[in-house]
Amino acid sequence: MNVFDIVGPIMVGPSSSHTAGAARIGFIAGLLLGEPAVCAEIKLYGSFFKTYQGHGTDKAIVAGILGMKPDNPKLRDSLEIAKAKNLSITISQANLENAHPNTAVITLYDAGGKSVSIQGASVGGGNVEITRINNQPVSFTGQYVTLVVIHRDVPGTIAKVTEKLSARRVNICNFRLSRNQKGGTAVMTIEVDGTLDRDVNDSIMKLPNILHSTLIMPN
Amino acid sequence: MEELKFESIAEIIECANKSQRKVSEIVLEQQANQMEISQAAVFDKMRETYSVMVQSVESGIQPGVRSVSGLSGGDAYRLLQAGKNGKDISGGVFFEALVRALAVSEWNAAMGCIVAAPTAGSCGILPAALLSFQKQYGFSEEDCVMALFTASAIGMVVANVAYIAGAQGGCQAECGTAAAMAAAAIVELCNGTPDMIGHAVSITFGNVLGLVCDPVAGLVEIPCIHRNASGVANALVGAQLALAGIKSLIPADETILAMKRVGDAMPVTLKETAEGGLATTPTAKTLYTQVFNAQEGTACRDCNGCNS
Repeated sequence: MNVFDIVGPIMVGPSSSHTAGAARIGFIAGLLLGEPAVCAEIKLYGSFFKTYQGHGTDKAIVAGILGMKPDNPKLRDSLEIAKAKNLSITISQANLENAHPNTAVITLYDAGGKSVSIQGASVGGGNVEITRINNQPVSFTGQYVTLVVIHRDVPGTIAKVTEKLSARRVNICNFRLSRNQKGGTAVMTIEVDGTLDRDVNDSIMKLPNILHSTLIMPN
Repeated sequence: MEELKFESIAEIIECANKSQRKVSEIVLEQQANQMEISQAAVFDKMRETYSVMVQSVESGIQPGVRSVSGLSGGDAYRLLQAGKNGKDISGGVFFEALVRALAVSEWNAAMGCIVAAPTAGSCGILPAALLSFQKQYGFSEEDCVMALFTASAIGMVVANVAYIAGAQGGCQAECGTAAAMAAAAIVELCNGTPDMIGHAVSITFGNVLGLVCDPVAGLVEIPCIHRNASGVANALVGAQLALAGIKSLIPADETILAMKRVGDAMPVTLKETAEGGLATTPTAKTLYTQVFNAQEGTACRDCNGCNS
């Protein structure tokens, strides 16, 4: 966390948790899909579900999926923009237990049938925590430069990815791995200090056994 | 210098006292290190933030500001006009702060661009305090931007050891934190000591323990907008008392943890679910129906926000 997470974000109102934070969760979902979404299934939990219309949470999440940042003045028109772009949207109540009261589960599909699902909570002041990707537990906030690498659970994969970072003298401040089963699909989340060039992400994408790598920049 | 984790107000105060520097200077230096950019770049980004605050006041104070729901807007302008017509009974920086707090909050409800500080629901308090002191006492823009670093430090501690979301801790967590941040900023602006900052934070926070989050129709309008005016008034109370040398016997860190305990004990109906407090009054239920039936006919079908 830094000062601009507290005095900030600069955002379109009315709610930092229910509008700006929601937009950020949608934005991260859109980034992870990597292609324009054609279908979005949005499930809302707790206060998110109870008050989404009043806070424009639906508009904010959709705006984020479309790549808008929380300060984009077009955020309020996102549902119309989505319609024009043929993005179909469903909103329903999420059945979760012991989740943060402002939680969204977003599943996105692209035109080729590829999909990604994330669960994220808006924890206040526009700050978010992503807790699941494709139903596997993760934990990151997007406050650091973050790499999300989805890969096959094959020996040596982590070393190859982190080697790309060490070659650039980039320091890892948080690392987490989660997998569905031995030899199955795994998700690496890597938070780093300072900044990272996009070409590092491109080079990770080209490594063997990498299914997808996404670079998430703060704010 | 040792890296601050921003988990303790006492630690920040001690660091400022030891190094004989202002809290804002320490925070700026530490943040530049953490973000691996120059202090000048961090300062410039905060100056940009301050300019958005200035813009949001100027936009929100205009006649004709209305929220999307139609439930709010125009109170800042109304208060400003009342002042011009000799109906300012509070005077000076206090009156000005009330006008600005309403202006920013109303602009937020109108889906205008604001700075969350620390949240959008409480976004009027900090700009109202700083801009009013800048205008009334002639502080420079640079002084006010630096005071934002002091305010941020307080907010980071609250976010790290407790919370700043109404959904987690009620309005005390949002407007309470904003007021404590504003109180700290005012104390530093007025040349108070780091210890005075701690007392101002503790007094200000202590004044709102138990304040619930009960938005009518689930919207950040009623009572949020008026609570921003109340929040900046509370910040002035805390800052004024502390600057006079008045102490809070309960240290700021303990008050923040007390806020968290109160928030944890608060029923979920009073934490931004629109299921309690003002949100379930008969008038609130009528307003809910008015707003959502007028806007989208399907609203009540899948939302039980007002228990209707």
